[in-house]
Amino acid sequence: MDESGQRGRVLGAGVAAVLERTTVDAVGLEERAAALAKRSIKQQSKLDGLRLAISCMDLTTLEGKDSPGRVAQLCAKAVRPNPADPTIPSVAAVCVYSTLVRSAKKALRGSTVKVASVATAFPSGLAPLDVKLRETQEALNAGADEIDMVINRGAFLAGSRAEVADEIAAVKAVCGRASLKVILETGELVTYDNVRRASWLAMEGGADFIKTSTGKVSPAATLPVALAMLEAVRDFETLSGRRVGVKVAGGIRSAKNALQYLVLVHETVGDPWLSPDLFRIGASSLLNDVLMQIAKERSGAYQGEDYFTKD
Amino acid sequence: MKSDLKPRDNGLKAKAKARLALAAPAWTAPSKWEYAPAPEAHDYIKLRPRYGLFVGGKWTKPKAGRYFPSINPATEETLTEVAEASEADIAKAVAAARTAYDKYWRKMSGVERAKYVYRIARAITERSREFAVLETMDGGKPIKESRDIDIPLAAAHFFYYAGWADKLKWAFPNTDPRPLGVAGQIIPWNFPVLMAAWKIAPAIACGNTVVLKPAETTPLSALLLAEVIEQADLPPGVVNIITGGGQTGAALVSADGLDKVAFTGSTEVGKQIARECAKTKRRVTLELGGKAANIIFDDAPLDQAVEGIINGIFFNQGHVCCAGSRLLVQESVHDAVAQKLYRRMQTLRLGNPLDKNTDIGAINSKVQLDKIEALAATGDAEGCARFQTECALPSRGYWFRPTFFTGVALSHRIAQEEIFGPVLSVLTFRTPEEAVEKANNTPYGLSAGVWTDKGSKNFKVVRQLEAGVVWANTFNKFDPSSPFGGYKESGFGREGGVHGLLPYLEI
Amino acid sequence: MPTSSRLPVRKTYKLYVNGEFARSESGRTFPFKHRAGITHVARATRKDLRDAVRAARAALGPWRNRSAFNRGQILYRLGEIMEDRRGELVEALVRANVRLPAAEKEVSAAVDRVVWYAGWCDKIEQWSSTKNPVAGPHFNVSSPEPSGVVGIVAPGAPSLLGLVSTTVPPLCAADTVVVIASQDNPLSAIAFAETIATCDMPAGVVNILTGERSELTPHLARHMDIKALDLWLDDDALEAHAADLACASVKRVRRGKPQSSAFWFGEASMSPRWIESFMEIKTVWHPAGL
Repeated sequence: MDESGQRGRVLGAGVAAVLERTTVDAVGLEERAAALAKRSIKQQSKLDGLRLAISCMDLTTLEGKDSPGRVAQLCAKAVRPNPADPTIPSVAAVCVYSTLVRSAKKALRGSTVKVASVATAFPSGLAPLDVKLRETQEALNAGADEIDMVINRGAFLAGSRAEVADEIAAVKAVCGRASLKVILETGELVTYDNVRRASWLAMEGGADFIKTSTGKVSPAATLPVALAMLEAVRDFETLSGRRVGVKVAGGIRSAKNALQYLVLVHETVGDPWLSPDLFRIGASSLLNDVLMQIAKERSGAYQGEDYFTKD
Repeated sequence: MKSDLKPRDNGLKAKAKARLALAAPAWTAPSKWEYAPAPEAHDYIKLRPRYGLFVGGKWTKPKAGRYFPSINPATEETLTEVAEASEADIAKAVAAARTAYDKYWRKMSGVERAKYVYRIARAITERSREFAVLETMDGGKPIKESRDIDIPLAAAHFFYYAGWADKLKWAFPNTDPRPLGVAGQIIPWNFPVLMAAWKIAPAIACGNTVVLKPAETTPLSALLLAEVIEQADLPPGVVNIITGGGQTGAALVSADGLDKVAFTGSTEVGKQIARECAKTKRRVTLELGGKAANIIFDDAPLDQAVEGIINGIFFNQGHVCCAGSRLLVQESVHDAVAQKLYRRMQTLRLGNPLDKNTDIGAINSKVQLDKIEALAATGDAEGCARFQTECALPSRGYWFRPTFFTGVALSHRIAQEEIFGPVLSVLTFRTPEEAVEKANNTPYGLSAGVWTDKGSKNFKVVRQLEAGVVWANTFNKFDPSSPFGGYKESGFGREGGVHGLLPYLEI
Repeated sequence: MPTSSRLPVRKTYKLYVNGEFARSESGRTFPFKHRAGITHVARATRKDLRDAVRAARAALGPWRNRSAFNRGQILYRLGEIMEDRRGELVEALVRANVRLPAAEKEVSAAVDRVVWYAGWCDKIEQWSSTKNPVAGPHFNVSSPEPSGVVGIVAPGAPSLLGLVSTTVPPLCAADTVVVIASQDNPLSAIAFAETIATCDMPAGVVNILTGERSELTPHLARHMDIKALDLWLDDDALEAHAADLACASVKRVRRGKPQSSAFWFGEASMSPRWIESFMEIKTVWHPAGL
């Protein structure tokens, strides 16, 4: 079946409304996610999946103690995760606080790795709008390729959906051609119905990516949450013809888990999304576990931490 | 940070430095991500070249010396030979069951009987992987289903009923529950070891002894169960397992000395068995066919409802008596549901049942495949539109692509007759009353599904459906504590739960 | 004087709280004289009891969230482990002057009772629930739910069978328990605790304290986080005092009278009512309409 937007625009208004307002049954959703998590990914598909995971990774450091030195070293790892293995690609992006964008840009010069900046009073999002927009602008001025914003969860849960939507649109306007990822902070939204509604709101507001979490709240990304978001993305494409990306972030530490997210993407929205243009994994310690798994696949031996640099 | 330090010129110009960093990795992402084969290890399964009958605690040769092959429907390979029980073998088995009943089982305290049944439960769990692989090889169902559903449920059934063996007076207060005696049990090929558990567990927990005949095409897991029972040191003759085909089944049903007959299978055969038993006073329970309606309202959680449709009709290749084989979808959401269903179906993986990623396994036999193909052809002939999973079929074995037909009316054959395969008939309705009317408009009454986000609608519709099992916002859920059985021509009697004890007791 | 050339290693008897064996926070013990000598058994304080209740409270959610089938499997495994370790359980009784044949009989009865209750975990809800035919278009169901943390003062005797008969039923109810062991024979309680610790029982579900019952019982009775009490005391005054203290948090209290051996070994002391006593009935209404 052709994935073009033509089909979507031909659908009746009735169907559009149904797709937009459908609810999510938590038990059924979690069962489906659990079933997908059981896929057995082996041999070449595993190696390909692991490398894909790296090429889709946003290597992240978001700590109060981040410094230019720290960022520079992280960037070196981002460009060349394992110098001993030339088949290992660079990651997709490095994700930092807005004040460290300049350091990251400098360290990444000449590479394919993008700079994503969190902005809009990350992680809480609770600051005056003009402050949030200014931070966004500053990050772009410093050279950020992508902006990861947070939605106003307080406003969302209090029922002020319009306010949330307006903020997203305002940030997107500042972003212009730069890619905007909208963080829903699904751990605070709690229900899958909320996740779907927030996803829809973000996509209508112009998000280029919808993202699960800031990584500062637990639970962060989970397979069922990602599945709910992928289903929303799929329906949105059916209706509007526009493809929105999905970023899962927070709590993804094992290569096995990363592969499970790839399975979700593969079986829900399909292979066009298995690319850094439409899928990202926000992580830090994940990278080494993936490198260790790749090394194990190639050598047959389980690996040790001593052999992989922390950054 | 400004510094007065100037690094040494290492002779590399900036551009060259950049080129180093930019060096293309020796890997490009594949345009399609395909799963590699992930076969479940099965070389440790050691089948004997030939199996006898398990009667009176011993493995015996069939009196007439006849055997028949059991084949793997995914590969058409012969796995082994099993015995064909004749009337003489059946008489011997019933006699062994009677002796065991009189000598040991009816006299044993509930506490001791319970411990025997617990042993069977624990042993199945211990050997669960072996059971799962064997079940898949013999019957064609995907390993992930036998591993994750069939075998755990079978063990759980024994565990649950073990716990009732010494509590019958609590289950039925103010009564003196007694076992019936010897039960003859005939089970189908769609859930071989699970059906054996559904039959044997409540029967022996209540103090009866049994003679069980597994289906002709799937005897092997029952024979492994016989081994488990043998190793659990059950008194000889409490459980007897005799293999054979339709003739063996008929002979068992009409054998002298049975106090009870339990049958799961087609409605057609069920009626014959009922007639045979009507000649005597033996008790009967029947679990027969179905043509369940899966009702999707416009306010259903759509994506989960689509999963429910998939699970309802394609689980176990549709070889399920309670399969949701009629989709009744509210007309206003028909297109959205059909599109989602079609798209979702394309991700179903059909192939080697021993591959852990396989979703759709082999059709159980050539006979069944022919039936499915014939009925599906009537769908085409009667003007319905066919949609299916577009996938390759393996060159050997029996396979049928998951299929649905739209534009189906109640009067079409594919809306009335049980296909027992991965074929869904899609009909529409406008109002809840119409949905209930169409759902009930069938001689069958085994199961039904209802999908809506509105609680009160759920409770109302559920009450009106004439079906023994109703799944609301879910499908194909089974539990040993949950009674299962049909209304109308889907049979009578319940298996599972407290109600599942009644068919095996005199109260 | 040693009777053989090999010196046996003596066991230290500790409390069992939150899945671990620990000495009392006070370091106190009390001497228990038995046939193999004198053993200094841990003497729990109110702080140990406080810690035990905290552990039981924390374990409540996870224990309840497991399927009833899973709880049944864990209790069945308790039976498996007890059977496997019957030697130790028998020895604990024999040391306390129970004659060997009686000790064997008691251990067999205790194992069988555990298996009996294991089979109730996934049935108690069916047995105790009703769907009620209210007048009107409403769906109405009553079903039992666990009460919470249950405080148990186990019977003085029989020290193993009495302990098992009172400790296990609340577990079927998906409650968690804090048990004050028999003072007549604390060795049984600790041997039993060791079987609990090795049968896959999650930490905190069962907590067993040895010590002075007169000291500990009032603290159990007045603890605001304990929802129900099961008292099997020989001391009427202490029992009345505990029942009185329990009123401050409206605890459900069961007061068991001292019973004969025939009671404990017979059907009178095994019943699903013993499970139901530590459950609350919840009734839910829902309209049935389009």
